[in-house]
Amino acid sequence: MTRRTRALRVVLLVLFGIFFLLPIYASALFSLRRPGGGHSMAAWTAIVSDDQLYPAVLVSLGLAFVSVVLMLLLLVPTMIWVRLRAPWARRLVEFLCLLPLTIPALVIVVGLKGVYAWVTYFLGFIGLGESALALTFIYVVLTLPYAYRALDTSLSAIDLQTLAEAARSLGAGWTATITRVVVPNIWSGMLSASFIAIAVVLGEYTIASLMGYQNLQVVIVLLGKTDGPTSVAASLATILLGFVLLLVLSLATRGRRRHVVGGAVR
Amino acid sequence: MSQRPTERTPSDRSRPGVSVELTDLTRTYGQVNALDGLTLRLEPGELVALLGPSGCGKTTALRILAGLDEATSGTVAVDGQDLTSVPANKRDMGMVFQAYSLFPHLTVLDNVAFGLKLRGDDRTNRHLRAAEMLELVGLSEHSEKYASQLSGGQQQRVALARALAIRPRVLLLDEPLSALDAKVRVQLREEIRRVQLEVGTTTLFVTHDQEEALAVADRVGVMSHGRLEQIAAPAELYAHPATPFVAEFVGLNNKVPAVVSAGKAEVLGVQVPTLVGSVEDAGLAMVRPESLSVRADSEGTASITSVAFLGPISRVHCTLADQTPVIAQLTSSQARDLAPGQRVSLEVEPAPVLVVPAATMGA
Repeated sequence: MTRRTRALRVVLLVLFGIFFLLPIYASALFSLRRPGGGHSMAAWTAIVSDDQLYPAVLVSLGLAFVSVVLMLLLLVPTMIWVRLRAPWARRLVEFLCLLPLTIPALVIVVGLKGVYAWVTYFLGFIGLGESALALTFIYVVLTLPYAYRALDTSLSAIDLQTLAEAARSLGAGWTATITRVVVPNIWSGMLSASFIAIAVVLGEYTIASLMGYQNLQVVIVLLGKTDGPTSVAASLATILLGFVLLLVLSLATRGRRRHVVGGAVR
Repeated sequence: MSQRPTERTPSDRSRPGVSVELTDLTRTYGQVNALDGLTLRLEPGELVALLGPSGCGKTTALRILAGLDEATSGTVAVDGQDLTSVPANKRDMGMVFQAYSLFPHLTVLDNVAFGLKLRGDDRTNRHLRAAEMLELVGLSEHSEKYASQLSGGQQQRVALARALAIRPRVLLLDEPLSALDAKVRVQLREEIRRVQLEVGTTTLFVTHDQEEALAVADRVGVMSHGRLEQIAAPAELYAHPATPFVAEFVGLNNKVPAVVSAGKAEVLGVQVPTLVGSVEDAGLAMVRPESLSVRADSEGTASITSVAFLGPISRVHCTLADQTPVIAQLTSSQARDLAPGQRVSLEVEPAPVLVVPAATMGA
């Protein structure tokens, strides 16, 4: 590498660093500023003490958790089944999963408003009629495109057919085949699908707002009108959580690759 | 042809093993008949090889026996018990696949113990059994490794140990050697035979490699177009092919014009006996390369086109007076003085030959 390209690298890195980090740094400063001068952690403590914000944080975390679980339960067995038993349906499933990317949130809301009257009606029977957790069904759909890509990549990295047949010939039923053989070998894909889905759900504003539910982002926007520092602190916390999740993901999958999957190269 | 590694001794017959019966199996995929009325019986403890070109239905037959594919019609029975509608995981069959199939997330030991864990064996028992199986295939010292740390041949040996660990009623080998290089292939096929004789499990071995089939099997079934052309002991199959397809597929064959009368064929001027199924007049005799001898002869009617040196043996490609190409297999010392362009005379040894109608061979 010549000195010029090395210098160019450093310059680019610094430029991108400034581009990404400067707004975060400015937000952090703003969230720590006390009206009238000095510094204060008040905005940050409000994340867990504010009457409006804290419940919204819990709702968004709950939504993220339930959406990820539902998405995995829906997608993992479906994708395995399609690959093993209905390869002709693979393009169709891929198309359906990627479809939410192409439909604007507004259109989704208009389309689902009528359906949701029924969803909230039925959720009413288990005491969740008014709960924002009802959003989970839309969020599962919303996370499908990202989750599909992640799972598809990790399923392609293993010889699914042969592994499944080997497991079956050794006496494993379909449940055991999936849980004991397939899942441990696509674990990194499931992890990345989950983390991306969490990031999507925590950052979702449009649909929640249009449907009239109060999730984290909706409340952040509301708060922004009255209490700037707290809303910025909450936004920053969301970004940091997403960052930490992605970091964990890359560390976890790297560790796994070294121990197990890396060897699949032959 | 290589030596058969181990011969079955009479006492082996008493080993545990069950019979397998495939009756009138058909399998159609759309318009294609992968299996067209296959009937096959494996005796208890026997190793039968199914041999044929790709697409002949041999793998389909094995997969149907394993329960991994469904027959369009026909039945599968093991030890007299009808298994046709029993799912793969309830059939108790150990299988080794063509592709490497070890579970990447488990160690070698856990791979071998996998089937036992599913059967509810406790940790001590299944590890004992797995260790025993690894010793059988000579890989004890690798038990804590992952599949990625093993060579292809080692992976297939672990797969064999894993298949046998569950004490299967039938062992199924689906071209287990075809992903390996030539030297390992020969070693491993001999090892498979040794292990199979040791455990006495009835085994179906599918391969497209005739040398492999002849070397390991008690009986070899040759398949073509979803049907069994002939099933016989290796030597019998080699010496007495029942159909032109078998004669051609098993061993490299020359088609030499011949005239048959009164059960004798005149081939290259020599009278040789004919096999059952031969035509009664003019046809083509299927003559093996090793049945031909080549002598330098300036008056000879044949000429050498090329000589291929293959180490201990050489293949001499010749053209007869009527332009028929033939290949003779000689020891390399016999072939030493032969050169392309040389005139030679050919002689055929008086072993029985199959004479087929000229038209059927498309020659």
